[in-house]
Amino acid sequence: MTTPLNPALPRRRLAGNLPHWTVILSLAILAAALAMAILAPQLANFEPTRINAAMRLQPASETYWLGTDSFGRDLYSRIIHGARVSLVVGAGVAAGAILIGLPLGLLAGWFRGLDAVLMRLMDGMMAIPGILLAIAIVALTKAGLVTVIIAIMIPEIPQVVRLVRSRVLAARAEPYVEAAQLLGTPAPRLILRHLLPATIAPLIVQATYIYASAILTEAALSFLGVGIGTEIPTWGNIMAEGRLYFAMRPWLVFWPAIVLSLCILSINLLGDALRDRLDPKMKGRAD
Amino acid sequence: MLYYLLRRLLMAVPVMFLIALIVFMLLRLTPGDPAQAIAGDQASPEQIAAIRDSLGLDAPLATQFTTWIGNMLRGDFGHSLISQRPVLEMIGQRIGPTLALATVAMVLTVVISLPLGVVAARRHGGLVDRLVMSLSVLGFSVPIFVIGYVLIGIFAVHLKWFPVQGYRPLAEGFWPFLHRIFLPGLALSLIYIALVSRMTRAAMLEVLREDYIRTARAKGLSERVILFRHALRNAAIPILTVVGTGFAMMISGVVVTETVFNVPGLGRLVVDAVLARDYPLIQAIILLTAGTYVVINLLIDISYALTDPRIRYQ
Repeated sequence: MTTPLNPALPRRRLAGNLPHWTVILSLAILAAALAMAILAPQLANFEPTRINAAMRLQPASETYWLGTDSFGRDLYSRIIHGARVSLVVGAGVAAGAILIGLPLGLLAGWFRGLDAVLMRLMDGMMAIPGILLAIAIVALTKAGLVTVIIAIMIPEIPQVVRLVRSRVLAARAEPYVEAAQLLGTPAPRLILRHLLPATIAPLIVQATYIYASAILTEAALSFLGVGIGTEIPTWGNIMAEGRLYFAMRPWLVFWPAIVLSLCILSINLLGDALRDRLDPKMKGRAD
Repeated sequence: MLYYLLRRLLMAVPVMFLIALIVFMLLRLTPGDPAQAIAGDQASPEQIAAIRDSLGLDAPLATQFTTWIGNMLRGDFGHSLISQRPVLEMIGQRIGPTLALATVAMVLTVVISLPLGVVAARRHGGLVDRLVMSLSVLGFSVPIFVIGYVLIGIFAVHLKWFPVQGYRPLAEGFWPFLHRIFLPGLALSLIYIALVSRMTRAAMLEVLREDYIRTARAKGLSERVILFRHALRNAAIPILTVVGTGFAMMISGVVVTETVFNVPGLGRLVVDAVLARDYPLIQAIILLTAGTYVVINLLIDISYALTDPRIRYQ
């Protein structure tokens, strides 16, 4: 398979001590999303699942800030509650992919025999489009929060393994690792004390991208009708239900879309800023 | 050269084998009885037994796997559990719209993102550069179905330039075909344009610092010749790489775009297959797309060796 050549290194002017305004704005947006998720019951005006047949597809008003959907449910309250699932899915996928990918990457980077087998397996996994793998997994198991997290997580693992492995391979050539080896440091200690730290900074950056892409994938799965069931509101399934009434009430799709996109944009910008700060030489996304 | 080609080809074989193994294990690792999972909760014991039988689930795992692989190598990808038709035939009927959609998206990507990336690198830090960078972050952040709905909202509902949904095959005339495929193609290409223009810009920035570019300038070559003849050609490898690895991203896009625009292609077929738990069909589509990914990346690898003699000797 192909190994991406190193794209141009970022040559951004050295940032001062003050973070860029985009970083501050991104942090504020994410803090707001987190507050929405935690304080959802307090912030929402209605139960997000309360059906009111007399109030179907209402326009925005003082009672229904963003209008109601085809079941007469309050759109604003549903979007507030939807933040919970999106943020949990993102966190679950990022944490899971790293918990599994990190040890595999460390092992592949250290034990050369294992490396060949493991990396071919990862090549194979990467060739399967993530969304196809995810919808197949969801289809074969009961669609629930955990299933969706696992289904989105599995296709993300190879990226983590490749990243960690490349960092370990680079670190192995460093004099400090050779020195530790010559001193007879046992392999487990060497890996944990000397190689693991070299992978942390790029992993943090990678985690932000996984987080963002997991939220997008969850939304796409819900949109296709193979996500978390409709009894729990998520940004994805609010949009999926809203699309049936798109011609009449486009904002049923656009409001959750705006909230979702703002969150993803903030996470991506934060990831870019973190990369510039922590790890100026990181391969992958070119800047 | 021949040795290099053979070696690359041989390396693709174990990868394909592993992909088949992963797809195979996906069904068998599902907790509980896979036949039950496919049949659903309301299935009768007879239905479950029929599924068991048609998938050969009673044989030992290794036998199941070798039979399955053997059948596929002979071109038999199995039959749909729902329509009982050969899977390959169903795929063949639906592949046309998907290929058309992907081609339109690819053409739009090349036509839009290469000039954008080149201009952004040429005027590094300038207006176009900052615009390209901001738009590409935005492109990564907006779900593709939202892009689709925004395009429908503006160009189909409001301006009425294009039909809202639908598809016409090329055989029914080029203009009706283009009229319906343009919006979905554009929706699908936007994230790809974000990716490729970013990479073009980065690769061009790298190349423009090389000595031979300074030499070309010193020779008095025109800026256009320098940018497109000397620089873009040398920047081609990372750009091609990202086009290849981005193919997986395009497949995800296809699945969603076809649903938004109601295009009767492979993406819709796979979603319908998933909703109906038509496992042989799901397996075949996943395998074929993964196979296409491997072949595309293999071709790109080979094209490096053909265009850049430095790579062959590594």
